[in-house]
Amino acid sequence: MALSPTDVARLARLARIELSDDELARLAPQLDVILDAVAEVSQVAGPDVVPMTHALPLTNVFRPDVVKPSLTPAQALAMAPAEEDGRFRVPRIMDEEA
Amino acid sequence: MSAEILRATASELGERIARRELTAVEVTTAFLDQIERVDDDVKAFLHVDRAWSLDQARVVDARLDAGEKLGPLAGVPIAVKDIFCTQGVPTTCGSKILEGWLPPYNATVIDRVRNAGLVMIGKANMDEFAMGSSTENSAFQVTGNPWDLERIPGGSGGGSSAALASFQAPLALGTDTGGSIRQPAAVTATVGVKPTYGGTSRYGVIAMASSLDQPGPCARTVLDAALLHEVICGHDPMDSTSIDAPVPAVVDAARSGDVRGLRIGVVKELGGNGYAPGVEQRFREALDVLKAQGAEIVEVSCPHFKYALGAYYLIMPSEVSSNLARFDAMRYGLRVGDDGVNTVEDVMRLTRGAGFGDEVKRRIIIGTYALSSGYYDAYYGSAQKVRRLIAEDFDAAFTQVDVLVSPSTPTTAFKQGERTADPLAMYMSDLCTIPSNMAGNASASFPCGLAPEDGLPVGFQVMAPVLADDRLYRVGAALERGLEASWGGSLLDHLADSDAGAYLGVRTDVATPPLAEPVEASDAREI
Repeated sequence: MALSPTDVARLARLARIELSDDELARLAPQLDVILDAVAEVSQVAGPDVVPMTHALPLTNVFRPDVVKPSLTPAQALAMAPAEEDGRFRVPRIMDEEA
Repeated sequence: MSAEILRATASELGERIARRELTAVEVTTAFLDQIERVDDDVKAFLHVDRAWSLDQARVVDARLDAGEKLGPLAGVPIAVKDIFCTQGVPTTCGSKILEGWLPPYNATVIDRVRNAGLVMIGKANMDEFAMGSSTENSAFQVTGNPWDLERIPGGSGGGSSAALASFQAPLALGTDTGGSIRQPAAVTATVGVKPTYGGTSRYGVIAMASSLDQPGPCARTVLDAALLHEVICGHDPMDSTSIDAPVPAVVDAARSGDVRGLRIGVVKELGGNGYAPGVEQRFREALDVLKAQGAEIVEVSCPHFKYALGAYYLIMPSEVSSNLARFDAMRYGLRVGDDGVNTVEDVMRLTRGAGFGDEVKRRIIIGTYALSSGYYDAYYGSAQKVRRLIAEDFDAAFTQVDVLVSPSTPTTAFKQGERTADPLAMYMSDLCTIPSNMAGNASASFPCGLAPEDGLPVGFQVMAPVLADDRLYRVGAALERGLEASWGGSLLDHLADSDAGAYLGVRTDVATPPLAEPVEASDAREI
């Protein structure tokens, strides 16, 4: 087994995804099968093959560093889940004990 | 009158609107009425707003009446996959996490479509964040395949393909990360093109896997796809991976369809075990049609294509796990558990748990694993090496032939629910389409017949070198011309005039003749 339910629970925490026990029971075996199937890539990836990160051989593209029109604060905040004093209101950052 | 408009090609509609024989409002109204008539059954659209579409149409009519010269598709309606940001118009990407979101800006492709005078007729259903091959992963509804409403219309762009095949739109926009334009096209008898990576702008297209995603045209005919390709392609400074080079002459290629002397390579590895007999039969017959028009057919080996699926399901989820980190419940979209007690991390976790569906969670978790310390080299690193080997297979093949071909999918449309519990079986739908996303070259699917065993559409895939998108259209047009001559009309004409398509309400007085077998192999050899 490449991936146990404990592994999946840990990965879900790292990825900030809450999984119910039912979801964990359903997803963990599926993920194990998927990972098992894709692991064949290591068979052909010899040390002499140069990894390819992108379809195009591009280097960084820059534009002149000049101010251009952008969203107004009202536009940027229009779809915010919570707003306060013209800013995004977010939940508290620290735990009680912190 | 209405059926005549609904069955016309986009290029015919554009010509008649330009001549002012038809108005954009008349044409748009006909398609909006068709949506009202059939979309309760097909479920291709997530959002339709008559006033929004008719306002666009009225603006186009006013510009044309004032003598303004717009492009050949001015006034023609288009369905838009719900992955494209449309300013002030709901954009969900098929996900609960974006339900009710109104983007503050347009995707570049949307601006281009609007500037060319096309009329957006609705936002089309899709698998959540374009992750899937059946559109069953949409958080909102399951779309039917117009050929058999209990079957899947392909995915992720199943709303776009179903809208075309049910005559609810003459054109559609899609995106293709592993086959999401081509596979839906194949299973609905429509045309779908994935341009060369960088050929179309990704700005304002909600990202799945940035090194693979590519917007492209969906249509009912090869020429219509080319006309839309020309509208949406070209350099965009807002996308740093956009190619700054002239757009290949795709419309000229679609009009010519000249394949004399063209060398066509059949990919040996994309066939055989796992491929439906009817898919292979129609594919071979299509080769004969091309041969009869003067193309040279040879067999080519691409030995690393068989590893493409594995490499894809490591590279894509890795990019997904990074891209979808933006859905953090802070600036837009769903927020769950903001009760004054939960911390910001709790709220992120609860929101993503509630807002993402199973497939999105699977891919984020696989990607998180593939990129994690200790596993990176074995998984992500190896997959990137395989990506190189696939690109080298393409390079070697294109020194021998002008284009490569294969079936677009191993099977025809499967039944809804058949593969939802088995992710790997679902992934196999994209076996033939993934290599071109990995290498970034241009690729397309064209209708090539109905499989004898189930009467469902089969797609013919053409793959061309980077920036040789015009070759796709050359082959597609030759195929369309040759096959439709033997069929006495397009496959969708046959659906429209058949009893199975009676619910579409687009029968015309002149029924399409019964479907004949395509060109006999013996005829092809004579030429």
